[in-house]
Amino acid sequence: MLRHNGVMHTQAPSRPHAAAPQPAHRAPLLAALAAALPADALLTQPEQLGPYECDGLSMYRQPPLAVALPYAAAQVQAVLRICHAHNTPVVPRGAGTGLAGGALPSADAVLLSLARLKRIARIDALARVAVVEPGVRNAAISEAAAGYGLYYAPDPSSQIACSIGGNVAENSGGVHCLKYGLTVHNVLGVRGFLADGTPVSIGGEAPDDSGLDLLALMMGSEGLLAVVTEVTVRLLPRPRHAQVVMAAFATVEDAGDAVAGIIGEGIIPAGLEMMDALATRAVEDFVHAGYPLDAGAILLAESDGTLEEVADEIARIEAVCRRHGAVSLATSQSEAERLKLWAGRKAAFPAVGRITPDYYCMDGTIPKKRLSAVLRRIAELSEQHGLACANVFHAGDGNLHPLIFFDANQPGDVERAEAFGLDILRACVEAGGVITGEHGVGVEKLDAMCVQFAAPELSTFHAVKAAFDPAGLLNPGKAVPTLHRCAEMGGMHVHGGKLLHPDLPRF
Amino acid sequence: MTHYEPEGRTPDPEEARLVDEVRAAGTEGRVLHIRGGSSKDGLGGTPRGSGLSTLGLKGIVDYDPAELVVTVRAGTPLADLQAELAAHGQMLPFEPPAWPDATVGGTVASGLSGPRRAFSGSVRDALLGVRLIDGRGQLLQFGGQVMKNVAGFDLFRLQAGAWGRLGVLLEVSFRVLPRPQSELTRVLQMDADQAIAHMNQLAGTPVPLSAAAWFGGLLHLRLSGSAAGVQAALSGVGGEPLDPLSAERLWADCAAQPPGFAETAAAAESVPLWRLAVPAATRSLAAEGEEAIDWCGGLRWLRTHAPAEAVRALATSLGGHATAWQNNLARPAMHPLDPVRQALHRRLFDTLDPDGVFDSGRFDADAAAVVAPAGA
Ligand SMILES: Cc1cc2nc3c(=O)[nH]c(=O)nc-3n(C[C@H](O)[C@H](O)[C@H](O)COP(=O)(O)OP(=O)(O)OC[C@H]3O[C@@H](n4cnc5c(N)ncnc54)[C@H](O)[C@@H]3O)c2cc1C
Repeated sequence: MLRHNGVMHTQAPSRPHAAAPQPAHRAPLLAALAAALPADALLTQPEQLGPYECDGLSMYRQPPLAVALPYAAAQVQAVLRICHAHNTPVVPRGAGTGLAGGALPSADAVLLSLARLKRIARIDALARVAVVEPGVRNAAISEAAAGYGLYYAPDPSSQIACSIGGNVAENSGGVHCLKYGLTVHNVLGVRGFLADGTPVSIGGEAPDDSGLDLLALMMGSEGLLAVVTEVTVRLLPRPRHAQVVMAAFATVEDAGDAVAGIIGEGIIPAGLEMMDALATRAVEDFVHAGYPLDAGAILLAESDGTLEEVADEIARIEAVCRRHGAVSLATSQSEAERLKLWAGRKAAFPAVGRITPDYYCMDGTIPKKRLSAVLRRIAELSEQHGLACANVFHAGDGNLHPLIFFDANQPGDVERAEAFGLDILRACVEAGGVITGEHGVGVEKLDAMCVQFAAPELSTFHAVKAAFDPAGLLNPGKAVPTLHRCAEMGGMHVHGGKLLHPDLPRF
Repeated sequence: MTHYEPEGRTPDPEEARLVDEVRAAGTEGRVLHIRGGSSKDGLGGTPRGSGLSTLGLKGIVDYDPAELVVTVRAGTPLADLQAELAAHGQMLPFEPPAWPDATVGGTVASGLSGPRRAFSGSVRDALLGVRLIDGRGQLLQFGGQVMKNVAGFDLFRLQAGAWGRLGVLLEVSFRVLPRPQSELTRVLQMDADQAIAHMNQLAGTPVPLSAAAWFGGLLHLRLSGSAAGVQAALSGVGGEPLDPLSAERLWADCAAQPPGFAETAAAAESVPLWRLAVPAATRSLAAEGEEAIDWCGGLRWLRTHAPAEAVRALATSLGGHATAWQNNLARPAMHPLDPVRQALHRRLFDTLDPDGVFDSGRFDADAAAVVAPAGA
């Protein structure tokens, strides 16, 4: 078993919106829920609540008041209506793989699991759309569409477990999002319910909904605006062919220049990933993917499409890499070789987990041109904080995942890792980037939000939340910090994630 | 009220002037009607209120082709931006209508995309961030200059197609794409229903389609990509080649309205024009009027004398929506919203623009709702 202890911490998340209901209200609430749901769809016993007390960010734990596990949209609506009538917060949950605590319960809340709504309602091969319930796993959509030569493009590395409802709530990305877009680019419509149970239908198969683009607002809204019970997604034809180039460079700067060179050639690779020397060595020792151990950085660039398109693009990618001083170059000549070259990148997190007792994964995005500067800054910070850091990143879209090494059993290490992480996120914002590229804010990055946004923007976010949920009962306290919290904040605090799903590949 | 400047930026005098105008309008209870190049004045009804021009906001703020990101001020002529991108072998992915005098701000606010929309996304898909003045006269910044960003609600994407109802756009950032190495257009003779089937079938195979439109009895297909990839795909597509210059003109026209469609007999008789968005594989609407098809079936131009309620009911029954276009006095021009979304709109307007400064009537969500939510 790999050990991933993550960052320990003591600070509890704040839940400013909802006051705990009086105990007297609990019994009528539970009675109403019990009347509206099948017997096995309501959990209230402490031992039943355990599995729902956290999501992928497991150092935050809090059992909810009760867990509702509806089988159908009508039951979801009933739960929302009842909770609204009883002034009780509701926390939606998909598969619970979120890394920012978005599905963390509060003691006074009903946790609403959408996991049992897992029907694929319809696949229309001609129109290239699928209509699915929110609990359907991301990978299950592509599996169901495979018979038509189609697939659902966004592929978070948690895709065998995470739900499409969770993807919508987080606007999840994947290795192929440089070419094929994020969740927001691949979802055509959602249906669901507002906090008070009002049914809402946004977007659909017809392009460009009339009125404001509320669909864009729903993407990445972390369960604060509505509970989604149906998602219409766009399907794409599965590319016939794919090949990957692995190029090694003496320095991270050279690799960064090659990334700019590839884009400058007019190529949008299907995937464009980079690892620094520390990550490369950790990976090579672990999976023997064939990465050179003396490289300062390696780049993986994938091309997909028809045979002709791929052959052409691969030749051009190879030429760019040579021009930018690649010290070695390997191109997959078979599907097995392609998977082997990717295996290293996919194993980067567990590989790092083998050489450090704990690590702390960050998720900032920066303009690509600042990559070398930010990596130099991270190296300086690493010296300063006395902790090593391996860098793995989605180089095509500037999404960095620095992995800070520490040992939770060493006194002071946790605090140093947190301080280091905080400085990295600051460096991302200073470089013109953002505090989270794909993992979301949840409860984890509430303080970091205070660094990225000023009071007028934060107030506007609260206003939008209030327009959808005037009573503030849907996933309260997540995603947007109170102005009070930002004012109180002496410095930015960022907490890392304990790995709950070590079986899943990590990018 | 707080007036805040993003750190590290010196206040821009033109932006400061616009802020003052918005605040004064709010205080005095006046309505402002935001204007760029006025190229879309014919759409969506006559706005009320006094004009607020963005033409003082010109220029590209930041453009590094290797980032695939451009940041540009709202009053910049769209043509200037497109020329700059073309000079670096890049383009806006959504192929907006290039009406003379169109500005970048108006392009975002109207949310209008061209033929490439069905394959490389819409205006909002390419939008990465905005700076704007809201109804309270606050200078706000949402999104950024990076592709992956999940911090905060996506209020920048909400600006696309909002017709300025939520604020004055000052500066926008787009994701851009490399111009394809090679583009070829093929023309096939067939009726509308055959064309709808053919284009959708092709789009389900790994062929580098970048446009599919039908009008005047002809299906037009565009392939874009590497020269080798486009050549290899041609055999599966069939049809006759269209010379590159004509093809370029044809697709540029399509972004505004299919070529020839403005000159038909029905057009000459000023039959009202509608723009319907429908699911891509929807049957031909030829029985309801004169039809042209774009966006691989998702966009239907329809010229018909049918009453507005009938066209709207048709669009709703197909799972789509209908916007009144030329020669069309149906109001609201925008497809009416169901009561739930209408209430959400009203609450968003009330909170983001409490004094109704931007309620110029162009964006008619306040019109009476007549359409029940489909299946809700
Ligand atoms: C090993 C591992 C790898 C990962 N890799 C990636 C990656 O490559 N890219 C990436 O982007 N993310 C990644 N993630 C993060 C996570 O998988 C995604 O954020 C995912 O979208 C969460 O889906 P979920 O179903 O688990 O949602 P949950 O964790 O259950 O919930 C996430 C949020 O969505 C809300 N929510 C869930 N369902 C609904 C609904 N139906 N209606 C309204 N709100 C809802 C919840 O309230 C919560 O705020 C990874 C996580 C793990 C553990």
